[in-house]
Order: sequence, then structure tokens, then C-alpha cells
Amino acid sequence: MRRFFLIVARELRIAFRQGGDASLAVGFFVLAAVLFPLGVGPEPNLLARIAGGVVFVTALLATMLSLERLFQADYEDGSLDLYALSPLPLEAVVLAKCGANWLLAGAPLLIAAPLLGILLHMDAHGLPTLIAAMLLATPTLSLVGAIGAALTIGARRGGVLLSLLVLPLYVPVLIFAVGAVDATLQDLSARPHLLALSGLLAAALPLAPFAAAGALRQALE
Amino acid sequence: METLSQFLAMGGYAVFVWPAYALAAVVMIGLLAQTVHALRARERDLAELGETRGKPARTER
Amino acid sequence: MHRFANPARFLRLSAAVLPWSALAAAALIAAGLYFALFASPPDYQQGESVRIMYIHVPAAWMALFVYTVIAAASGVALVWKHPLAHVAAKAASPIGACFTFLALATGSLWGKPMWGTWWVWDARLTSVLILFFLYLGHMALMNAFEDSSRGERAAAVLALVGFVNVPIIHWSVNWWNTLHQPASIMRLGGPTIAPSMLLPLFLMALGFTAYFVALLILRMRAELVARKVRIARMARVHAPAEMLRPAPGGAA
Repeated sequence: MRRFFLIVARELRIAFRQGGDASLAVGFFVLAAVLFPLGVGPEPNLLARIAGGVVFVTALLATMLSLERLFQADYEDGSLDLYALSPLPLEAVVLAKCGANWLLAGAPLLIAAPLLGILLHMDAHGLPTLIAAMLLATPTLSLVGAIGAALTIGARRGGVLLSLLVLPLYVPVLIFAVGAVDATLQDLSARPHLLALSGLLAAALPLAPFAAAGALRQALE
Repeated sequence: METLSQFLAMGGYAVFVWPAYALAAVVMIGLLAQTVHALRARERDLAELGETRGKPARTER
Repeated sequence: MHRFANPARFLRLSAAVLPWSALAAAALIAAGLYFALFASPPDYQQGESVRIMYIHVPAAWMALFVYTVIAAASGVALVWKHPLAHVAAKAASPIGACFTFLALATGSLWGKPMWGTWWVWDARLTSVLILFFLYLGHMALMNAFEDSSRGERAAAVLALVGFVNVPIIHWSVNWWNTLHQPASIMRLGGPTIAPSMLLPLFLMALGFTAYFVALLILRMRAELVARKVRIARMARVHAPAEMLRPAPGGAA
């Protein structure tokens, strides 16, 4: 358990020292979401209708950006080999790195999301659901994205390939997250959608590290 | 028995039905053609490499 | 299964199977087309446009079937390290992608006259579109690495992870309110389609399956030859220069 938190701490230290990819992800999130009013026009009703979708799609893309180099740097300098040899199982290492990634990228997204919602004229009573859905969705996005990151270590055009691989797997999360927000805005219960999101997270927590660790072991062979 | 023009008109849906069948034919025959072409090209490569190799490879000094 | 691990044995076996499956494909598809276009009735609601079903439904079945084959081959490859399993997955992927594309395109051509729209973002269509992207990702991953065996293993993991989409596709029309019609063949109460329509449907489905088997064999052969070519080229690189002089009166 101690080793697990040591890895999380290491990731955070490296990120703070180098100003890593994760903080750029939040910047991208905000910028991309801001492009929409500029693109579709500032009419409040139109923006309010697409606000939920825009927030989640840009959050999804931002998470993907932050994950690109999740394992790349460690693979290049040999730390990944050391992780593989350590007594901590590789699945736990993956979980630790996902946790760090979520703290660095997902949590800031959580904070930025309601602000963006307001910018996009989302109805105020949809905001709590927006936060709840983001809270459930962003860890799942980190976990599933880690599978893609592990598969594409050292690949040509790895970044674009990562997107192609990971986006189909992100779609259910997107559908339920936006569904939850839309349900609340239409005065329906968001509970089924949030439950589905929780289900996806509950499934991703054990399965994603397993798949990602398998992919990492192949990369190290 | 319906006439040929009735058959081709497909009850008014011709513009949907015939492209569907044509697309299926193009895709499936096209895939077959590409597969056979690739197989023949690689077999040709293998044959060429076999000829010019001459004696079996020795280990380097 | 391990008897076929030897590529030479596989090549011998496949050489025997290939002409039969090719012949079966041609015969079954020809018979299927005859019944689909000539000897089956138009639907009382959909008229002649129902004939698109005889392409659309078998293509969709094949899209799911081929992905299942790839997932199974990937599982065998990763767990038992059967040498031909990766070859099979690599060979099958483009075939599955083609069937998925056909299912989507013919579905669109059927949807426009029947539903009034080329596309709708319901659960069935969306999940089949995701399946198409999974195929593309699988093919891209296969070819994304200098070391091709790395690509094969990564693609195998992807195939297994993406397999969760297959039951979603199949049951999507039951789980969600969709525009796409619910299952009318593979359901507990038995098919609700008229037998005169079931016949061309099954003929085409069997024909497509035989086509898949034939094409899979051809593509696996091509992949095995490609490997021999790669090995031969690498052997040339390491051979001393004098070995590379062309044979007298020879090629190149």
C-alpha cells in the first residue's frame, strides 16, 4: 500500500517539476469549449442546448491528450522495466499512475466544468448533475485511456492512434454522462444515467489495470 | 411474371435497392481481387528472393 | 488445434478446403441472389425495398461473427501462444471491416425510404459504427510498430477489450428504445419472418460465411508468404556481399 502511494507521489512530483501534460489538458479543455460560442454564435438558447455535450466532449478530448505520454517517458528511460520488476504488481502501478493522472488532469477538469457550463449558459440547476457526472466519468476516462496508452507505447503516430483506439471505448461514458445532464435539464431523474456511469467505473477499476498491465508486459518483452 | 422494366424499377425503390446490391458486389469482389493480387505479388517476391540467393547463406566472419 | 500450429500443415489443409469453400460461396450466394431478387415476395409494408434486407442482415451478422472470430483468435494467441492465431486475426480484420461497412451503408440505403432518414443516432446504429472504428483501430494497431509481433499482440489485447461491444450491439435493440427494429430472427419465440423470406436470408448468410472462410484462407496464406519474404530479405542483409550476385542469366 505504501509503495502504491509512493508511485502516486512520484508522478505528482515529476508533474509539478516539469509542468507536465496534465495541466496543459485543462488549458485545452477551456480553450476548446470557448471556441464553441465563437463558432456557433452567442445565442444563449442554442448554447444552453449544447452545453452539456460540449463540456463532456472537450473533457474527453482533454483527458486523451493528458494520457498520451502516461507511460511513454517511463518506457523510454527504463523506469517501466523497474516497475515491472518491483514487488508491487504491474496492475497496481497502472492504477497508481491513473490515480495521479486523475489528480493532475481529472480533478482540475471537475473544477473547470461548472465554470464552463455557466459560460455556455447552461441552466443552473443542471450544474450539480454536471459535477456528479464528471466526478464519475473522469476516473473511467483515465482508466480506459490508460489501456490505449499502454497499447500504443513506441508506436508510430502514437498520439493519433491512441485517439482512434480509445474514442470508441469512451462513447458509452459520453452517452451516459450527457444523458444525465440532459435528464436533469428536462426535469427527469438523472439517477439511471448516473447509476450506469457508476457501473462503468466499477467495471473499469478492476478490468482496465488488468488490460493495461497486459499491454505493458508485451511492450516490455 | 413481371416485365423487365417492372423488375428493374423495384416498386419505385430502385434507387435504393440496386445501389445496395452494387455496393455489396463492388466491396466483396474488390476485397477478393485485392487479396489475390497481394498473394500473387508476395509469392512473386518470394520466388525472386529464392532465385538470386544462390548458395545458402553463410554465417558472417 | 495444435496440430495446425505447423504452418506447412495449415497450408496443406487450407489448400484442400479452399476450393470447396469458394465453390460453396459462389453457389450459395448465387442461389441466395436468385431467391432474394426473383423468387421471394415483396413485403406487404416495405414493398420491394425489403430486398435490401438480404444483403444488410447477412452483412451485419458477418460483422459480428468475424469480430467474434478475431476475439477468439486473439484469446488463443495470448493465452496459448498458438503461432497461427495472430495470423488469423490479422487476416480476418479487413474482411470484418468490409462487412461492417456494407451493413452500415446498405442499412442507410434501406433506412432512407423506410424511416425517412439516412442515419439516426440510436443504440444499434451507434454501436455498429463503434464496431467499425474498432476494426479500423485493430488494423491500424497491427501495422503501427516496427516490430510486427508487438503490433499483433497489442491488437490482440484491443480485440479482447473491444469484444464487450458485441453483446451491446446485439441486445441494444432490446435494452434501449431504438428506431432500428427489434430482433425478429434470433429470439426466444422463434423467428417472426415468413419462411419465404428466411430462405434467401439464410442462403446469403451461409454464402457470406463460405466467402469469409475462403478469403480468410487466402489472406492467411498471403501473410505467411509475406513473413517468409521478410525473413529471406533479412537473411540477404546478413549474407556476405558475394552471395548477392544474381544467378547466371538470372532475374533482376
